[in-house]
Amino acid sequence: MVQIKSFFATRWGIVSVGAFIGIFAALLQKLGNPGNMGICVACMERDVAGAIGLHRAAVVQYMRPEIIGFVLGALLSAYLFREYRPRAGSASIVRFFLGVFAMIGALVFLGCPWRALLRLAGGDANAILGLAGLIGGIWIGVLFLKGGYNLGRSSQTHSSAGWLLALMMAGFLVLMLIFPQIEGEERSGVLFYSVKGPGAMHAPLFISLIVGISVGFFAQRSRFCTMGAFRDLILFRQTHLFLGVLSLLIFAFATNLILGQFNMGFTGQPVAHTMHVWNFGGMLLAGLAFALAGGCPGRQLFLSGEGDGDAAVFVLGMIVGAAFSHNFGLASSPAGVGAHGVAAVIIGILVCLFIGFTMREKSA
Amino acid sequence: MDNTVDARGLSCPQPVLITIEQIKKMGKGRIAVLVDTDTSRENVARAAESQGWHIENIEPDGIGYKISISKE
Repeated sequence: MVQIKSFFATRWGIVSVGAFIGIFAALLQKLGNPGNMGICVACMERDVAGAIGLHRAAVVQYMRPEIIGFVLGALLSAYLFREYRPRAGSASIVRFFLGVFAMIGALVFLGCPWRALLRLAGGDANAILGLAGLIGGIWIGVLFLKGGYNLGRSSQTHSSAGWLLALMMAGFLVLMLIFPQIEGEERSGVLFYSVKGPGAMHAPLFISLIVGISVGFFAQRSRFCTMGAFRDLILFRQTHLFLGVLSLLIFAFATNLILGQFNMGFTGQPVAHTMHVWNFGGMLLAGLAFALAGGCPGRQLFLSGEGDGDAAVFVLGMIVGAAFSHNFGLASSPAGVGAHGVAAVIIGILVCLFIGFTMREKSA
Repeated sequence: MDNTVDARGLSCPQPVLITIEQIKKMGKGRIAVLVDTDTSRENVARAAESQGWHIENIEPDGIGYKISISKE
């Protein structure tokens, strides 16, 4: 056990986990998930928000088992390796709003950092703008960190408090089993399903769930984080997490080539638009929000699984943010940015700057 | 022990930031860093080594760990 534990903390450990995610993301696409969206934490949480009717965008409603699996896999791993630490109370409300605006930004670009990498690995050149925005946002976040930005300490809480997000995810899975998708129907019991569009495209439930649990398990062990990768590079010149991101990109690219899923260009890319400024701007907002919250959307799910109640609140913020995005016409579509997407990105950046400038609480 | 850095309850990357701050302030000597998660334990140890400090000992401390680092 100790050996396995230390392996994941090594360079080869993080590289292996990045490779695992890259390969299985490309395979999930082959098995039915939308284009360059084998795994996308933002898009998939958006689909979950649609499945429970928080928004009613008919093309993006599906209870994504991958998201459920991420949290449950991380919980399993945390317990197995005695790393479960129930904790909460570090400016939860701030983390909620960072989650909301992170999602709004990600849905203007159309993807989380994982999907930005997968889009690039599939040949979508628009992802370059998104990744540039992401790095820009993280860079601004690093300036705040250097200036003393700090959301304060969390404290230990009840074990059961740390389970709550995992229990909600388990409940979602039960709902999915009680109310399975019915061919051609938009609704099954309390759940909404997409009949067409990206929400209708998905790998078989149990394959998605098992891949999700495995990714959650390994990512919890290795601390895989796409935001942390760039942040540590900028802040400490440290390459550890970055190697994981690079590995994801390379292995997803190779798998896409083998599966015939690589198609280079700006136009005609799946679930993407070509408005460069807003691909950049959306991810600038998302990157800044992730940096201020201390983790990319995937990492926030894994932290939730190991008992971090503040990360769980960020996740809930993202799900609510997806509802705002679609109800208010903020989210982009292949046709371009939503009617109020630009205004939302500007407001989001202002909110993040407000948080960054005013929350310099001393940690002592 | 010359100094103690209490990073318990702080989320990423604060434990590393305040450890490096202390390392730069002292230049050499011994520091005890208190952390409460395994992620922080790994990150602090990795950062201290990258700054040329030696990991003397990592021991359980409450629900977390006490990491002793030093530089001659």
